[in-house]
Amino acid sequence: MKKLIIILSAIGAAYSLQGCKMKSTGAVVEGDAASKVYVAPGKYDEFYNFVSGGFSGQVSVYGLPSGRLLKVIPVFSVNPENGYGFSEESKPMLTTTSGFVPWDDEHHLALSQTNGEQDGRWLFANANNTPRVARIDLTTFKTVEILEIPNSGGNHSSPFITENTEYVIAGTRFAVPLGDKDVAINSYKENFKSTASFINVDKTTGKMNIAFQIALPGMDLDLSRAGKGPSHGWFFFSTYNTEQANTLLEVNASQKDKDFIVAVNWKKAEEYVKAGKGIKMKARHTHNTWNDETHSASSTMNEEVLVLDPNELKDMVYMIPCPKSPHGCDVDPSGEYIVGSGKLAALIPVFSFQKFTKAIADKNFEGDYHGIPVVKYEAALHGEVQKPGLGPLHTEFDGKGNAYTSFFLSSEIVKWSIKDVKVLDRVPTYYSIGHLCVPGGDTKKPWGKYVIAYNKITKDRYLPTGPELAQSAQLYDISGDKMQLILDYPTIGEPHYAQAIPASVIKDRSAKIYDINKNHHQYVTLGEKNAKVIRSGNRVDIYMTAIRSHLTPDNIEGVNVGDEVYFHVTNLEQDWDVPHGFAIKHANNAELLVMPGETVTLKFVPDRTGIYPFYCTDFCSALHQEMQGYLRVSAKGSNTPLKFSTGETTPAVATK
Amino acid sequence: MWRIDLAAPQYPGGLTMTIWINDVKGDVDVINGLNHYIGMQTIHKEDFKEFIYLPIAMMSFMGLGVLLIFWNRKTGYYIWTAIFAVIGLLSFYDFYKWEYDYGHNLDPNAPIQVPGMAYQPPLIGYKKMLNFEVLSQPHIAGWFFIATGVILVTISFYEWKKSKISLGK
Repeated sequence: MKKLIIILSAIGAAYSLQGCKMKSTGAVVEGDAASKVYVAPGKYDEFYNFVSGGFSGQVSVYGLPSGRLLKVIPVFSVNPENGYGFSEESKPMLTTTSGFVPWDDEHHLALSQTNGEQDGRWLFANANNTPRVARIDLTTFKTVEILEIPNSGGNHSSPFITENTEYVIAGTRFAVPLGDKDVAINSYKENFKSTASFINVDKTTGKMNIAFQIALPGMDLDLSRAGKGPSHGWFFFSTYNTEQANTLLEVNASQKDKDFIVAVNWKKAEEYVKAGKGIKMKARHTHNTWNDETHSASSTMNEEVLVLDPNELKDMVYMIPCPKSPHGCDVDPSGEYIVGSGKLAALIPVFSFQKFTKAIADKNFEGDYHGIPVVKYEAALHGEVQKPGLGPLHTEFDGKGNAYTSFFLSSEIVKWSIKDVKVLDRVPTYYSIGHLCVPGGDTKKPWGKYVIAYNKITKDRYLPTGPELAQSAQLYDISGDKMQLILDYPTIGEPHYAQAIPASVIKDRSAKIYDINKNHHQYVTLGEKNAKVIRSGNRVDIYMTAIRSHLTPDNIEGVNVGDEVYFHVTNLEQDWDVPHGFAIKHANNAELLVMPGETVTLKFVPDRTGIYPFYCTDFCSALHQEMQGYLRVSAKGSNTPLKFSTGETTPAVATK
Repeated sequence: MWRIDLAAPQYPGGLTMTIWINDVKGDVDVINGLNHYIGMQTIHKEDFKEFIYLPIAMMSFMGLGVLLIFWNRKTGYYIWTAIFAVIGLLSFYDFYKWEYDYGHNLDPNAPIQVPGMAYQPPLIGYKKMLNFEVLSQPHIAGWFFIATGVILVTISFYEWKKSKISLGK
């Protein structure tokens, strides 16, 4: 009997243990989520969502609320799929002072603004590893400009913009010695500087150039935001490693109780520049631009930048103490409140711009950081959000007085009210959210309908795909009091910051074709009758046309092994969505996709004799599979006459 | 004067060719591109002598109208109406002939050949041709042209009847 009791109680205990299982994080979707994200076939999404591609180096475009992937825009990485970085025309886009760089790490995006509102003209993107800023044209969804940033290491604090797109910012993550000096690493404190580059953007063309760099004391600059409204004229950077460690930052840069938010008065900086107070410094950097009429990029070298020293030029830079290694720094739609997010902090400080300027006026400083005045924490503080969660990172706004902060460690989004710094709601994210985005959530006029979480980890959220899993985004409806998860969708690369804009601002301006009458490419072929092959030395230029459903010429002879053959393919189509592709056997680069009215060049150096088939790679028509041709390659030094033709059995003799 | 609309699954917005008194506009290049599959000739403004004759004919017609005001005879008006009717009928006949020619005179080496298939667009009205639906109808000027014809003929008829009645008295 006793035995039985023991057995029974053992079973009971085991059963009750089962009952104590941890709660599953599985299904939290409730209500009519499906109907909120359902966009019927053939219907358009309400928002464009531009999402950074992280280590993919590209920018992806999703539709919201459906989460459908619409396009991947190649920006900092080569893209064999359409020839970006492989075509002769696009190679200069990825040229840097270190030559051609085929990859980068793309983290943050900024849509151009007018009066603090999205204007839908351009999208700016940063490259972390080889510091650069790119501009994407939103009529063609094409990268049209890339500017290299000198005196920078890890262009992470970028490309945030001012409210009229006066400046795009590029703050360095790594402090580095200016001018590529060769110094001891542990001489950080004396030799290393942190530059904040202010890139001027031309109002009409969008062309960028570095107006000036502010050489701040060595530290890691992190995410930054421009002031707006009353705080327009200021830029706020979060910083960490104000301990100035050059090794094991994990420990050494986490010592201080408070780091800073660096407040830069860029209007003041402009005055100093005007007054000639800047120092011209040798700092080579490339400037690459795309021309929609020549369908080609060109790369030019700039030799110097203008540097401003805040130790000499007073009243331009101030510091606000901010708890524990801040990562995010966000300015609310009114421009009055500045939210700092210490990634190791257990609270969120909210600063008041009014109080901050008053503290400066009253000289209410607690000291200085390498000569830069530090205002008293309490003097600039509006309030602290108490116990919001663990590891606050970034904050976006809904335009209704609420803020939404992402928490990496506690894996959640917390909604709180700015005025009284009270937590209103919290929802879990799956898992480990980094950035978040409310459409227009960084502007004066947010479209507070959704918040999107960009997560670092997915684990069990999707069908497993081996050790490397998808990264993901999650869409929450924030139109009510409670945030409601309504959709998961996987993303390309690793998503960091993103921007979303009402589709109506952009979609009607989207280009359908390139006007062939405006094609001023050096090697354009206007009409099939102008197709030709020209040899000069060992260079062979093939002026080729593509139109449904043939390439002209499609029989080419007289090319020898080792010749440098350039296929200049002009797509003669002037109809929407009729690109042609071009690929040739044994080419060791990529294919080309040629949009209607465009000319693109593939370089090919044949390494053996034979007949090389080439064909159209983009299914263009019912006779796409017939769109093909042959290149004959003869031995080096052979006298095969140069001939080309289409539709002839006896090839025509080429002009020499 | 006239418009021909084409619709196909791949062309959600449709294609339109508008025929002016002296030009042919709209998605002509796109239509030409498509027509090469079935061996139709390409449409070029230069091929149509009508684009020179028609404006001259219409201008002359209008000039004649002004002259006839001064002449101020009913007979003049009847002749004027008759000329308009002749121009109209000739234009329709000519238009039909062009359509017939484009629709039937096909390249024998065309990639797509459907035995017995012709691609003559309707003079007016709707027709389904392969994957395309075709709707041919007057454009604004065309309607004016037709309305003018109707008005002219009606007035002529009315006046003629009136004069017959007065003669009868």
